[in-house]
Amino acid sequence: MADFGFKIKQTRSFNLSQADLRKADRLLEEVPSYRLCIGCGGCTATCSARQFTDFDIRKVHNTFRRGQYDKLADELRKCMLCGKCTLVCPRGVNLRSLIINMRQLLTPSNETF
Amino acid sequence: MTIAIIGAGPAGIEAASVLAKQYQVILFEREERPLCNIRDKAFLFPDFSSADELADKLESKLSHENITLKTATPVVSMQRTGEQWTLTTADGTTATFDAVLLATGYKVFDAHQKEELGYGIYKGVITSLEMEKMIKENNIRNNMNEIPKQIVFLQCVGSRDEKSGNHYCSKVCCVTAVKQAIEIKKQHPETDVYIFYMDLRMWGQGFEEMYREAQEKYGVSFVRGRISEAASTFDNRVQIKAEDTLMGNPMTMNSDLLVLMVGMCASEGTATLSKCAGIDGLYRFAQSLSPHTEDNLTAQPNLFLAGSCKRPMCIEDTIQDARAAALEIM
Repeated sequence: MADFGFKIKQTRSFNLSQADLRKADRLLEEVPSYRLCIGCGGCTATCSARQFTDFDIRKVHNTFRRGQYDKLADELRKCMLCGKCTLVCPRGVNLRSLIINMRQLLTPSNETF
Repeated sequence: MTIAIIGAGPAGIEAASVLAKQYQVILFEREERPLCNIRDKAFLFPDFSSADELADKLESKLSHENITLKTATPVVSMQRTGEQWTLTTADGTTATFDAVLLATGYKVFDAHQKEELGYGIYKGVITSLEMEKMIKENNIRNNMNEIPKQIVFLQCVGSRDEKSGNHYCSKVCCVTAVKQAIEIKKQHPETDVYIFYMDLRMWGQGFEEMYREAQEKYGVSFVRGRISEAASTFDNRVQIKAEDTLMGNPMTMNSDLLVLMVGMCASEGTATLSKCAGIDGLYRFAQSLSPHTEDNLTAQPNLFLAGSCKRPMCIEDTIQDARAAALEIM
């Protein structure tokens, strides 16, 4: 068949009903204060890593929560664990612990799931 | 002096109970019985007190010798002659009063108007009023009569929406969805509940605490994004399309039920009578003289306003507003 140079593009849309939320649910169990996140972005605004990279911790944890884990492990390496995000969070989310737990859950050797 | 109050909801009844201390009050009600909008509810925010108990309490105030309640008597028009008002009811009867208090209230937005959300097309799409009924009857079911595995709420249906012609915020839907989500979780802890919102406006005392409790204790999921459309799945559930704006990604999900949080609009009585009396304001609500100190007065003499005939209002505010209106009349 003639190649017209057209391809079918993968959709950017994800289906929450088909998402594997086991890691996200475990994260909420390990860091219960994360349930209270309202996505205000205070954590990203104060983030030390954000000043030098495109690391967006608010987006990373919101994405994790929806079960979309691709590329998040690489992103989370940009965090220096300074803990400023935890200090500013208006909802008292323990972000530092959240980041450490996300890293652990995304470690390939973690065979929990 | 004889006073007519149009509408026997919380505003009309509360005002009547105050005015009856000094005056003869005739209370006109369109429906067969008073307080229909409260009796539709199961529990009230923010204290989860029983709606029926409040309705009973209010209704008991009607048993005063100076109050006459006329149910199933809609007032269809009103006319001023000098300082007095003549009301005409649906059966053609007229009566003249020294003062009239409009307490004609609201109705909910007709969700059929938002066709893309599938209300009246797909069985799994219901309104917040229908969800309230299910909660009250302890009978939360999907359209296959099973306990729902997922329930999705959508805020701002017919509110803050230019396409519906309503720019305003209906004020009570945010906290109502949180209340209903908590009720669902109390009855069925295994059901996943999602609330899709544009903003969550937790303005009242105790509201923010309810929101926190919904997240922390009941595990209700909040998604910031407006559902753009709903469709049916092959297994009779609802598929919704939205943008998770915090992720910056389009998403879909399937749900047993989609609950549309319908906003508050002017009731037919509010729209007709305020127009008839020449005090019609924005969005067919009645217009008070000024929002700060003359909110119960109108541009017409001896015509007063109380409650949600002016704008979306919660029950607490309505009752207080009714007392204020009664004081203005006295």
